[in-house]
Amino acid sequence: MSFWDQALEIARVDLRIERRMGDVLRIVLPFAVVALLVFPLALGVDLSAVARLGPAVFWAIGILFGMQIALRHTADDRPERRDLYSLLGVDPAARFVGRCLSGSALMVVFLLVLLLATIVLYSPDLPDGWPLPVTAGLLLTAVGLTELGTLAGEVTAGLRNRTALASLIVAPLALPLVIGASQTLESLARDAGILRWLILLVATDLALAVAGVALARPLEEASR
Amino acid sequence: MVLRGLTVSVGPGEVLGIAGPNGSGKTTLLRLLATLVRPDRGEGHVLGATLGTSEVYAVRPQIGLIGHVPAMIGELSLRENLEHAIRLAGADPARIEPALRVVGLDEAAHRKVETSSHGMLRRTEVARLLITQPRLLLLDEAFSGLDFFAQELIDTLIDRCTREGGAAVMVSHDPGHIAGRAGKVLNLSAGRLETVT
Repeated sequence: MSFWDQALEIARVDLRIERRMGDVLRIVLPFAVVALLVFPLALGVDLSAVARLGPAVFWAIGILFGMQIALRHTADDRPERRDLYSLLGVDPAARFVGRCLSGSALMVVFLLVLLLATIVLYSPDLPDGWPLPVTAGLLLTAVGLTELGTLAGEVTAGLRNRTALASLIVAPLALPLVIGASQTLESLARDAGILRWLILLVATDLALAVAGVALARPLEEASR
Repeated sequence: MVLRGLTVSVGPGEVLGIAGPNGSGKTTLLRLLATLVRPDRGEGHVLGATLGTSEVYAVRPQIGLIGHVPAMIGELSLRENLEHAIRLAGADPARIEPALRVVGLDEAAHRKVETSSHGMLRRTEVARLLITQPRLLLLDEAFSGLDFFAQELIDTLIDRCTREGGAAVMVSHDPGHIAGRAGKVLNLSAGRLETVT
C-alpha cells in the first residue's frame, strides 16, 4: 500500500469515527457557538462594540476550541493501536498526514460554521470582497492548527498527562497562526495588503508539514 | 532494566514457550522481539533485522502480535477493524469474509468492539493474522480467558505459521497454556531465563 493510500485510509477511518461519535460537530462546535453567544453579554448593549469585536472574538474562540479538535487524538491514541499500525507496516509519516487530512477537514467545517454564527450574532462590519481572503485565511489556519496539534500529539506520545503537555506545546507555537489569521481580516478592513499574512500562514503550514513528516519516524521510535 | 543476560534463539518451524510470574519481563521480551521496544544494551536480530536499527521497519509487517489488550478501535465494528487493518497491510480484502467464517464471526462481525466479548476480539485478531500470514507470531497471554474453540483457532494459527517456515513465541504466566504447544519451554524469572525443556 502506498504512502498516500495509507494516509487516506487513516483519514477515512478517523472521519468515520467522527461521524459516528460526533465529538467535533456535536460537542465542541455547540460549545463554541455558546461561547460566541455569551461573549456579547459581557459587553452590554453597545452594538457597535459588539460588531467591532466580532472578528477578534471569532478567532479567539476559533483557535481555543480548535485546539481541542487538533488535540483530540492525544486522548484516544492508545498504544495498542500505535503498535498495530507499526506492525502493519504503516509509515509514521503517513499516519501524521492521514490525521492531518481528517483533522483539517473537521477544523474547516468547524471554523466555517463558527464564522457564519459570528456573522449572524455580531453583524461585524466586513469589508467588501471579504469572503475569498477570509476563507483562504481560515483554510490555512485550520490546516496549520491541525498539523500543530497532531505534531504535539506525536511529541508527547507515551508520556503521562500528554493531553496537558500537548496543549502547552500548541499554545505558544500557534502564535504565527493566530497573528496571520487575525491580521488577514484586520488588514482587509484597513484596506492594507493581506498577502504577507497569507504568506505567513502558508509558511507556517509548510514548516509544520515538513517537521511532522520528517520527525514522524524519530518521534515514534523515541516513544518506545 | 527489565531483562538481563538473556540469550535466546528461535528458528524456522519452531515454537518457543516462555513461562514466568507476573512482572518477570515476559511482555517486555515479546515487545523486544516485536521490535516495539528498543534494547538498551546487547544485540538482537529478528527476521534478519538488527534490533534498534531502521532495519526493523522492513520486517515489522512480517511480525504478528497478539497482545494482552486487543489492538482495536473501539468505535468500529469487528468487521470494520479487520477491513481497516487489511487495507493498511495491503492484503487482499476478498479474504476477509472467508477468514471471518473460519473464526466463526461471520454472523457477529457487525458488532462494535465495545460490545464484543474478549473471545470475539481475539478471534478477530486471529482472522487478521490468518490473512496477513506473519512469519513470526508473538503471543502474549493469548490463551487466557478463551473458550476451547478460540484456543483451537490460535493453535491453527501457530500450526499454519510454523508449517510455512515461520516461528512462534508464546509467553504466559500459566505453564499449562504453553505445555504441549511449545517445542522448547523457558522460564523467565526476574528478567533471567532458564531452560525447562
